Amino acid sequence: MSQHAATADGNEDMSTIDHHGSHAVGGHHDEGSYLSPKGGMISTMWAWATTIDHKKLGVMYLAAVLTLFFLGGVAALAVRVELFQPTTMVDGQITGQVFQVEGGAVSAGHAIYNRIFTLHGAIMVFMVIVPGIPSALGNFLLPIMLGAKDVAFPRLNLLSWWVYVIGSVLGVVSIIMGGVDTGWTFYTPYSTSTDWDVYTRVVLMIGAAFVLGFSSILTGLNFVVTVHKLRAPGMGWFDMPLFVWAIYSTAIIQVLATPVIGITLLLLIFERLFHVGIFDPAIGGDPVLFQHFFWFYSHPVVYVMILPAFGIISELITVHAHKKIFGYRAMAFASLGVAFVSFLVWGHHMFASMGEMASAVFSALTFLVAIPTAVKVFNWVATLYKGSIQFTTPMVYSLFFLFLFTIGGLTGLPLGTLSTDLHLHDSYFVVAHFHYVMMGGTIIAFVGGIHHWWPKMFGKMYNELWATVGACLVFLGFNLTFFTQFILGTRGMPRRYATYIPEFTDLHQLSTYGSFILLLGFLVHLFVFIHSLVAGRPAPKNPWGGLSLEWEADSPPIEHNFHHEPLVKHGPYDFETNVPPHWDPKDYPIPASNFTAAKH
Amino acid sequence: MSTIPAQSGSSGDTPLWKKYQAANHFRSKEEEFDACKLGMWLFLTTEVLLFAGIFVGYAIFRMLYPQAWANGSSYLDWRWGGLNTVVLLVSSYTMAVSIHHAQLNNQSALRRNLLITVLCGAAFIAIKLTFEYIPKWSAGKAPGGSFFNYPFAGDPHEPLWWGIYYCGTGIHALHVVIGMSLIFWVYLKARKGHYGPDHYTGVEVVGLYWHLVDLIWIFLFPLLYLIG
Repeated sequence: MSQHAATADGNEDMSTIDHHGSHAVGGHHDEGSYLSPKGGMISTMWAWATTIDHKKLGVMYLAAVLTLFFLGGVAALAVRVELFQPTTMVDGQITGQVFQVEGGAVSAGHAIYNRIFTLHGAIMVFMVIVPGIPSALGNFLLPIMLGAKDVAFPRLNLLSWWVYVIGSVLGVVSIIMGGVDTGWTFYTPYSTSTDWDVYTRVVLMIGAAFVLGFSSILTGLNFVVTVHKLRAPGMGWFDMPLFVWAIYSTAIIQVLATPVIGITLLLLIFERLFHVGIFDPAIGGDPVLFQHFFWFYSHPVVYVMILPAFGIISELITVHAHKKIFGYRAMAFASLGVAFVSFLVWGHHMFASMGEMASAVFSALTFLVAIPTAVKVFNWVATLYKGSIQFTTPMVYSLFFLFLFTIGGLTGLPLGTLSTDLHLHDSYFVVAHFHYVMMGGTIIAFVGGIHHWWPKMFGKMYNELWATVGACLVFLGFNLTFFTQFILGTRGMPRRYATYIPEFTDLHQLSTYGSFILLLGFLVHLFVFIHSLVAGRPAPKNPWGGLSLEWEADSPPIEHNFHHEPLVKHGPYDFETNVPPHWDPKDYPIPASNFTAAKH
Repeated sequence: MSTIPAQSGSSGDTPLWKKYQAANHFRSKEEEFDACKLGMWLFLTTEVLLFAGIFVGYAIFRMLYPQAWANGSSYLDWRWGGLNTVVLLVSSYTMAVSIHHAQLNNQSALRRNLLITVLCGAAFIAIKLTFEYIPKWSAGKAPGGSFFNYPFAGDPHEPLWWGIYYCGTGIHALHVVIGMSLIFWVYLKARKGHYGPDHYTGVEVVGLYWHLVDLIWIFLFPLLYLIG
């Protein structure tokens, strides 16, 4: 694994590309952009559907993930609309219920509410956040950042894309048939006993999660092998960009945690179809065993969701502040540390069902997560110190991330503490904490990352002003939606309820207003992206002045990524000693008056 | 796997394994071989973790309901389980020998051993079905707590034992079938001369998978058949 791992020698040489004769790209050469169509429309579509090019797969994942994000987002808005007013019964008249069933009871409307929040959770978790960054940006960038032509197993990559499509289709079919009301956690015995009229819906939804897990495993496996085997000559482990470290740590969790949810969901399906009573107490099983199995996967998987976001932020902050990352090794090891600790904390989802000793141990282990994550946050802030900060959209998103993720992380501590968790668990405090981490962390970093690499992926610049406006709307809407939920939670609003006592009305209405500002922000982004694709100005090779290898490829890259295999001579963040290749500060969308690359 | 015509000589006589070129994004055949092996090892890790769910379920319920586990185990005949263990061990041996013969370019021995491995897998499934699943099934010893009743059961938790038994051995049997199919595919490729001293990635990787299938049975057999 180290045959080409000669570490960078700190050479002050400005050029990074060496025309490396012995490893010249062999065989057929296609020097056109990977996006350029081949033949007619049908054959182009067929070429995309059967492509083994990691870049095309990444773009297809991006399109699918954003579409499903829209679907899950609409469900979230529906939830917020229902919660705009509490449901009340006055003289047999129902007021304040949006999902009202014609002539039906209040409970019929509440049943619809249950299906809609399950829809939101299942889509966002299994189809958007888990595959989002690794499959979309990871697929596109990992090989390029390593200086490779593709991932280690390109056909396996294609397989995992189609497995992802099949899983998503199964999930959507289950929704079209009427949806599932179990919540995204599928807790037994409810999930094995609900909906006996058309019980296949639950089986389909669980089957979808199982199939999506397969896709996740195959992608993770592919990435681990790629990082081990396909680094460019001269790129040692500690010369890799931190995004690669993050994706690598993520891939390890994907490989080690997902099989456990695989067998759990499989047993749940058997239980549903054949009454194999492993989890259902009515037929002899143990429902707490299900929770242990479920969270043994699903807690590590929240780090599958957040770790790639850490990687993105490391890239964004360094490049847009033109500053060497503070504590590179600490950052790399913190990623691995988070991945390791993530396997030890699943019990904090079941404090109520364990003994005192076990709860105390899991509580203590949970606090360990705070150490590597705090290392990361401090290092990002230290990186910004004395940097040449440019307020581009990616940088704006990075700053929002630091703010929101810190709130999300710190509010996790009272939930990990036994005495406070007793009061806060299953309340809106948990909902707000989770959204501050998952949305304020992962989605914010994801959108920031899309802007950062958009010029590279599509060869077009986007409108910086409007993108920043969209980012600010998202930030405002997000805080209005979810900060109110922290307050609601501490006052006792339980999660997953379709109605509430009238005292909570004002805060719930603020939260609903916030969710619509959030929608507006994302719509602005959508129009910025469409405008960029239609009328954006062509992107230069290196619009931001980055030093990692993707900025040496064309924008958009050619089919084999590089014209010659790159030879790495400097680290990805050595801004003090290297002028970024192919870079003209005038390319920066924001005028850079006294801004030069090597001014530190 | 892109193959390009041989550099020189009569390409009709050169065996396919000599003409094999690594895929375009690898620097060498050795690198590709290492990558494939690492990929398969990672995949085997996921398989172990998949079965870990079954083993944990087994351990917990065994602890909770020892009598049900003792009763359930007593319905199994260790001789059939033992025979199947021998069959799988033999197949693992022939699989390992196949790789050896591929390295030495003994094409006929390679093909013969691959075929024996597939047949051993088939024998395993045949024994499992004829002497274990079908007789038990017809005697009402089936999985499921409410579709079937268990008049013979001496402990109310015995259905759980049958659930674990059928899930564990059933998912294992599925892996045996997948492994057999893969080895048969390797056998077909070996007949065309795809494998030799310079290139035997397929045999090696599928062999690793087959050894894991064997290994899981080595754990299932004593847990289910031998300890009561």
